[in-house]
Amino acid sequence: MSNLMNGAKMLLECLGREGVDVFFGYPGGVTLPLYDAVYDHHIKHILVRHEENAAFAAEGYARATGKVGVCCATSGPGATNLVTGLVDAMMDSIPIVAITGQVTSKLIGSDAFQEADTFGITRSCTKHNYLVKDIADLPSIIHEAFYIAGSGRPGPVLVDIPKDVFQAQAHYTPVTSIHLPGYKVPSEGHAGQIRRAVQMMWEADRPYVYAGGGIIAANASDDLRQLVETLDAPAVTTLMGIGALPSNHPNYVSMPGMHGSYASNMGMYNCTLLIALGVRFDDRVTGRLAAFAPHAKVIHVDIDPAEIGKNRNADIPIVGDVKKVLEKMNTILKETAPAEAPKKAAARIEWNKQVRDWMNEHPYDVSRLPDVITPQHLMTEIDRLSAGEAIVTSDVGQHQMWAAQLIRFNHPRHWINSGGLGAMGFGVPSAIGAQFARPDKLVFAIAGDGGFQMSIPELSTIAAHQLPIKIIVMNNGVLGMIRQWQDLFYNNRLSACSLECFPDVEKLAGAYGFKGRTVSKPSELAQALEDAVREPGPFLLNVKVLATENVYPMVPAGGAINEMVLGPVEVPEEVTK
Amino acid sequence: MQQVISVLLENKPGALLRVTGLLSARGYNIESLTVARTLDPEISRMTIVFDVEEKLRAQVVKQMNKLINVLQATDLTDTPSICREMVLVRVRTAQDARTAVIKEAEIFGARVVDSSIEGFALEATGETEKLEEFIEVMKSYGDIDVTRSGGVAMSLEAKKLRLQPPVPTKAAAEVTA
Repeated sequence: MSNLMNGAKMLLECLGREGVDVFFGYPGGVTLPLYDAVYDHHIKHILVRHEENAAFAAEGYARATGKVGVCCATSGPGATNLVTGLVDAMMDSIPIVAITGQVTSKLIGSDAFQEADTFGITRSCTKHNYLVKDIADLPSIIHEAFYIAGSGRPGPVLVDIPKDVFQAQAHYTPVTSIHLPGYKVPSEGHAGQIRRAVQMMWEADRPYVYAGGGIIAANASDDLRQLVETLDAPAVTTLMGIGALPSNHPNYVSMPGMHGSYASNMGMYNCTLLIALGVRFDDRVTGRLAAFAPHAKVIHVDIDPAEIGKNRNADIPIVGDVKKVLEKMNTILKETAPAEAPKKAAARIEWNKQVRDWMNEHPYDVSRLPDVITPQHLMTEIDRLSAGEAIVTSDVGQHQMWAAQLIRFNHPRHWINSGGLGAMGFGVPSAIGAQFARPDKLVFAIAGDGGFQMSIPELSTIAAHQLPIKIIVMNNGVLGMIRQWQDLFYNNRLSACSLECFPDVEKLAGAYGFKGRTVSKPSELAQALEDAVREPGPFLLNVKVLATENVYPMVPAGGAINEMVLGPVEVPEEVTK
Repeated sequence: MQQVISVLLENKPGALLRVTGLLSARGYNIESLTVARTLDPEISRMTIVFDVEEKLRAQVVKQMNKLINVLQATDLTDTPSICREMVLVRVRTAQDARTAVIKEAEIFGARVVDSSIEGFALEATGETEKLEEFIEVMKSYGDIDVTRSGGVAMSLEAKKLRLQPPVPTKAAAEVTA
């Protein structure tokens, strides 16, 4: 089984064994030996137009599939350009492996051309990282990197490979086992705690399921659904958890938090038991911690022991793989349901009705206007065309919040966005990764006119591969979320938020050889979107929307979750003129 | 009050930085840090002394335990443990005080490691507070220079080190198939 090959070939050999079929990258001086091996290898390499987008595309691939995404960059500037994507993957627990080239071993530390201390720079923005010093270590390091990235709480792993290691020759023998004595992967939760948790669920008058990205990472959507149905409890999914429960599920409320629905947040505030599954009590969800779910006991299931008790103390902490924990919970719930379910039935009916009432009382605003397209109009039209089935990637800002509020999903891994880091420029490149991962799927990439302009180089990648991505620019002519905050908290002193000179998208897309269109009339929107979807190749649709619209509800940063601002505050007429 | 964390970690490049990076990323200042190999040359033990309140400390220890290269991080602050430090003191003293310096050093269990016309170099070990007293006393005899080792700590409870077993790679599945 052993044969002589260089480090570059050995790397590809290992990637192949890890099941990699495509990776995203950008070559450079020190990765030339690798790219020479890529030339006639069966693993597909996708040349992006900026290294940051290689990382985002790898994330898009990973988020859409659950498999480890792979990106590659050269030493120095190539590696530093990956950093934003690595932090993004760290924040959202997305499994990616980044391969970077490094200057020749004997030049390391000499300020050589295109040298950067990649190992040092990426230490704090990866789950783990490696600097390969010897070709003999290469296979085990690559397999370790994939194992670490994909197991436990997933995350990014970087492997920095000097040019001479790519060039060195060695006999390759498949590495069949790796040993990481200090790397613990929690699996089963504590059986006693799980039993107590179930008991607590039955005893609660107002249980509330708070599910997050952990459900999606663990592929535990079906288990979540079963729990929610057995308990007949209302459930919310965080920005990262959207799709973990089908949006049209009768127990589904919406997204909680800063721009979550009125009902989601009122439910959080008034519940007596919070069943937190694969969530981290992020500040954008909780608002002021002291006022978050103040009447609730907390069951917190997470694979990362450091998340438990970090922001909110748990009455029942359970460290484990949320899928395995939910499986056990569901078994016990099923066994005990006949005896336990009737006990709190009356209280439950009342609680579910209360949550429904809140939903009906203040649903999301979906106003349409006769002369101008509202952002909500745009999102509800995308929702209509998707019918819960499309993959929707989003950039960061107002459009992201409206999309999260209004576009519905039937499946996990269909809503793809930069949650924790909030990295603008994520939407379009992550759609590239998602479309390569799921060629069978309709992919919408929604971006604002700000984030889109960070991604314009990737139109070239999309055109080169004729990826049928539908790029929808929600164009309000400003950095919308910046404008909203300046409007609400800085006396409407609009500083550095106007994006004048947006390009003509027909010409822009045309320059790359595909179709683009601008639409500004509400009457034309539906048809324009349908035309975009019908187009077999890529499409760039620029939708001019009402510039002054703010995202509501809104819990101001540091505010209490039940004190949402539900809509624009009435201001005297002379001020609006 | 200073807190003590003991960390067993793999003796690999960058491992030390990963641990200290967790502290610096949170803006914590390290009072002292020592690290050296254990009986197993592939494993090092690190003793970190710092001042961080209990809840944050628990969080930091959890984060340390998540590091791939860390085998075990333990908070020794409230458990039966010993922590000792070593100090080297060079004291320049007048001829007529030399005998007194030696007597004083004996009281603190210090040893003379160098003697010259200008004075002595002394070596002492003990608890931090005791060493601080020793340094104060030596100051009264003349100009001094001080080098301290930082604390080295050991738990007095037997805590079993649980290491993870090797795991098969995806390549293994192919080889056996």
